[in-house]
Amino acid sequence: MAQLFKPYSNIVARASIVVGAATPVLIGLAAAAYSRSPYNTKVEVPLNQPVPFSHQHHVSELGLDCRYCHTSVEKSSYAGIPPTETCMSCHSQIWTNSPLLEPVRKSYEDKTPIVWNKVNTVPEFVNFNHSIHVARGVNCNQCHGPVNDMQITFKGRAFQMQWCLQCHRSPEHYLYKDPESASPRQQVFNLYMKLQEKGVTGLSPREQALMKGEEQESGKSEDVLEGKEIVKALGVKTQQLADCSVCHY
Amino acid sequence: MDTMDPTPKPKLDLEVVRERLSNAKGRHYWRGLEEIAETDEFKNWLDDEFPHRSTLLSIDRRSMLKYMGASLALAGLSGCRGLFLPQTKVVPYVKAPEELVYGKPLFYASIYTQGGIAKGVLVEQHEGRPTKIEGNPDHPASLGAADSFMQASILCLYDPDRAQNVTQSGDISTWETFVSAARDAMKKAGPGGVRILSESITSPSFGAEMARFQKAFPGAQWHQWEPTSQDNITRGSQLAFGRIVNTYHDFSKANVVVSLDAEFFASMPGSLAYSRQFTDGRRLEKPTKSMNRLYSFESMPTITGIYGDHRWAVRASDVENIARTIAGGVGVSVGAHGAGGVDASAINSIVDDLKKNRGSSIVIAGQHQPPVVHQICHEINAALGNVGSTVMYTEPLEVQPVVHLDSLKSLVDDMNSGKVKVLLILGANPVYTAPMDFKFADALKKVPFRAQHSLYDDETGGQCEWHLPEAHFLEAWGDARAYDGTLSIQQPLIEPLFEGRSYAEVLSALRGETTPSYDLVKSHYETGDAKVFEKEWRRWLNQGTANVPKSAKANVSPSGSIAAPTVIGQGAEIIFQLDPTIYDGRFANSGWLQELPKPVTKITWDNVVHMSPATAQSLSVTDEDTVELKFNGQSIQGAAWVTPGHPDNSFTVNLGYGRTRGGTVCEGMAEENLGGAVKRDPWGFNAYALRSSNAMDIGLGAVVQAAGGLTPIATTQIHHTMKGYDIVRSASFEKYQEDPTLKPENAEDRQELEKQSLYPDQVFSYNGPQWGMTVDLNLCTGCNACVTACQSENNIPVVGKLQVKKSRELHWIRLDRYYVADENRDDKNLANPETVFQPMMCVNCEKAPCEPVCPVAATVHSHEGLNQMVYNRCVGTRYCSNNCPYKVRRFNYLNFSDNQEQFNTQVPPAAREPKAHGIELLRMLNNPDVTVRGRGIMEKCTYCVQRINEARIEGKKLGRDPLDGEIITACQQACPTKTIVFGNIADKDSQVSKWRNDPRAYRVLEELQTRPRTSYLGKVRNQNTEISGEAGA
Repeated sequence: MAQLFKPYSNIVARASIVVGAATPVLIGLAAAAYSRSPYNTKVEVPLNQPVPFSHQHHVSELGLDCRYCHTSVEKSSYAGIPPTETCMSCHSQIWTNSPLLEPVRKSYEDKTPIVWNKVNTVPEFVNFNHSIHVARGVNCNQCHGPVNDMQITFKGRAFQMQWCLQCHRSPEHYLYKDPESASPRQQVFNLYMKLQEKGVTGLSPREQALMKGEEQESGKSEDVLEGKEIVKALGVKTQQLADCSVCHY
Repeated sequence: MDTMDPTPKPKLDLEVVRERLSNAKGRHYWRGLEEIAETDEFKNWLDDEFPHRSTLLSIDRRSMLKYMGASLALAGLSGCRGLFLPQTKVVPYVKAPEELVYGKPLFYASIYTQGGIAKGVLVEQHEGRPTKIEGNPDHPASLGAADSFMQASILCLYDPDRAQNVTQSGDISTWETFVSAARDAMKKAGPGGVRILSESITSPSFGAEMARFQKAFPGAQWHQWEPTSQDNITRGSQLAFGRIVNTYHDFSKANVVVSLDAEFFASMPGSLAYSRQFTDGRRLEKPTKSMNRLYSFESMPTITGIYGDHRWAVRASDVENIARTIAGGVGVSVGAHGAGGVDASAINSIVDDLKKNRGSSIVIAGQHQPPVVHQICHEINAALGNVGSTVMYTEPLEVQPVVHLDSLKSLVDDMNSGKVKVLLILGANPVYTAPMDFKFADALKKVPFRAQHSLYDDETGGQCEWHLPEAHFLEAWGDARAYDGTLSIQQPLIEPLFEGRSYAEVLSALRGETTPSYDLVKSHYETGDAKVFEKEWRRWLNQGTANVPKSAKANVSPSGSIAAPTVIGQGAEIIFQLDPTIYDGRFANSGWLQELPKPVTKITWDNVVHMSPATAQSLSVTDEDTVELKFNGQSIQGAAWVTPGHPDNSFTVNLGYGRTRGGTVCEGMAEENLGGAVKRDPWGFNAYALRSSNAMDIGLGAVVQAAGGLTPIATTQIHHTMKGYDIVRSASFEKYQEDPTLKPENAEDRQELEKQSLYPDQVFSYNGPQWGMTVDLNLCTGCNACVTACQSENNIPVVGKLQVKKSRELHWIRLDRYYVADENRDDKNLANPETVFQPMMCVNCEKAPCEPVCPVAATVHSHEGLNQMVYNRCVGTRYCSNNCPYKVRRFNYLNFSDNQEQFNTQVPPAAREPKAHGIELLRMLNNPDVTVRGRGIMEKCTYCVQRINEARIEGKKLGRDPLDGEIITACQQACPTKTIVFGNIADKDSQVSKWRNDPRAYRVLEELQTRPRTSYLGKVRNQNTEISGEAGA
């Protein structure tokens, strides 16, 4: 009877130990990679919508203020999705026959809401409040990416907790001041006006980065110093900002 | 252990209890008889945090391996919660309402009516969806507070069991079909053939509509039936004044109050206001030398009597003699009478006290006391000059004031004689609530056309051909008067979810008009210029009260002739009382109210036969023993309950249980499942079956005997017991003057303790606000309003009787009841122990024992001093709860929120009746600002952190910290007596700091050095030093 195990069996045996040990680790790594990839987070993945609404056209080209549609962004936790009526305030006058706007006209006539696909979302155990972020001068683009340049709206950031915590732990790296604006709240919306009036070259390097949708953390010492000044002036209590119950309750 | 197998338990030996009590030294506080007797059951509750958990010993080897493998595999996955988010939709408005800001609630003023009488509410609404009911600070009957009934009425709005369609013999029909059928029947009925039976109604616009209806159908008669014993008050007024008037009281001017079996803190239309007024006379915020005083003569212990400075446990049928004795003392001629079993010198002292406080005292009788007691109270109050200062009379509140029993009797007689051809029942449930000797169900069958219009298709609905859905009070317009005659408009917040209509709309439809409720109400008040009125109308809606004259003052004086006492019978006494949580049975389908522990006994989901310890001993029964109760030739079986403070030879039963129809919750637990047919065992027993028109409230000649066997009762009184001493502090007013700390002798000194401590003085170097709470036990009446407020605000699910029995109730607030044994008082016989309530919720320890034991850091401290609970991190080890000395953490064992029918776990899902919308409907009730917790999550009070965050953010936007009083926790907001104060303890001028530094302030289990943020102020009783003996409180 021939030998049951050939000499190369040893190699197979050793390899199987390695593979066996590595497989769970690899599965874990793969799962971690998947959960962070755009497949899962949907970052920069445009979503189909009933109406192909373009922020780029309405904000960058026409110069509409964010608050024209997102009316409650300064007052409430929700920014607010505009009612059909808001669309119709212009589109009853212009582009009245555009086939792209048919769902809007139909919604207005039938009094049935337009059902949009939600682009930015946080789990229900997270309580996010837009108004306080705006009051602190956190620009829309800082969290939402280059919204003003989006043809079709997509998610700019993954909204994973570690990302939120970067700013909540050290807001001085993220807060900045526009000397031309009277208040942090104003500077949020002034930025888009400035872009209209002066073009990209008229903006500060930080603002330009914002417009490109780049991550905003600034490691420059003068920026951090300025950030610290802002934190102090606004009375931001940094210690408390990363308490669990600030967002989870 | 999924069934409620009554595990045989050793009998509670009351002799042992007495002996132990007589050996007690100092003041000793105990939660239940089991604690004194140290029964095994009690020890088990005390020692084991989860006495009903399954243990490893009960699992075999194979299953063990299976579970281990599965938990390992799933443990990794649990980390992925929230990572894989499904695609969700956003649905904006087509036209947004004008005032609405997305994400911000709106508040509307309206009224809640119970027994026809209004209490003002503010209803919170999120994007069109009412979510919470709070009191209206501008309404005289609410003063900003809300009782449990008011708050739980929001659950009724979304109850999937509510009547949803018009039905004819059980089949779905339409309003149009009903209206044409009813009009045909009414045309043929002839004069006197058409009858309307409603509950008590004070709505003037309904009265006007009824008048129009009676004009359209001449001879149509209106009967009223409310099973709640208001008749005694009405008849008392007739006896005293020769006509019906409405009586209300002003406790703010009363220095001395004598309660004759009256529960004015809970069961009266003005209770919320009375609670506030009375406790305002006992606030000890500033040093004071005087305090008001409450003497209470009581049968079944209630929160009012317990709160009193002196309490006598007397049989309800003896109260009349006591009333006569007091009346004789103040100079009212009352004829010869007995003593009522209370020491004459005590009564003399009370009379002296009353005489010293002429014009500033109140003698008040309970609604289940006979009319003559009410008459005597009128006489006493007149003799003491209280009328006009503390006792007020107005014209009746009801549109058509009647004696309800007579009104129902005449209807039943006419039904039996065949005169009634058409009967429309508005709201009432007489088949269940009518006196048993009326045999209402039999009489009803003789009416050819019968319809019931009500919220639930109940026992009466089952006997009617037609059932019509009633609109909830948040769905239709209406109006009603408050206890003092103030008129308010009932403003709806939502279109009817189903096909409900208001009472007035139904009458209007039957007249052949389809006037909506808005026009029916508004047109009733519309006068003068329409534009001017419109402005006025909007102002009424905004403030929650209407600027129309209150009910006119009635200038009446009592006749002075009181009939001689009559003997009503002999033998043991039976007392019928409204249930403290489900009232007359109308709230039986409310899970919140069913599970709310009864204030005194802490029983949930059931009624029992209450008896004194001595009576229980003579019958050789104890808690949960099944007894048979015979009265009026009828007999029922129920659980015996030993109730310290109950008079001897007397039995109290609560009405409202034993419901057989009216919703999945009220119909009780499924008993067996036979091929899809579910037999249900109702909660408790139906006490109405014993109640006859000659003994509506008190009867003599009841026979009670042990029936053998046990009836399991789910009571929370010994759940979550704390181990330690100096948990509750209470003392007399004299003691308080000597030593305002009320510290017991064995208490440890705080300064001394802090010296020994290794912890640094300031735990956090953080200069923001530090949250803290203080609860004044001296003001707490134990009314349960806070418990329901917390449930409503924090999305706390109902768990069901089976789960309560296993101590799995999820209420974040536990309202502990403590009996006091004082060595200086002769109350060793348990007959009438002093009682103190203590609301206990998470005290947010600065050095919290729960925090270091959590393996996943799901409970950690915030810089503002909150002991945070991070639900999304919790993996459910329950170590925190095990390590919590206050026992305030609650674990969600089953998926209670998504499965509100847990209490029917024995019904297989397929056999459950399919209800339209079901759980989806109940979800609309949830507060969107609070996470809905799932299975396997620990939860607890965090001082309404959502409200703190809201106020903090609004403050930050204005560049400041929240101001004192800006953050009001849900429990604080609902509390009728302003017992709870919340705020920033780092701010020395805040209200909470002042209370926290009051000499009376102490912290529970201080010796453990947990440094709780919640402190308590001890209770003070203003006892009359001339009265000694057992009647301490």
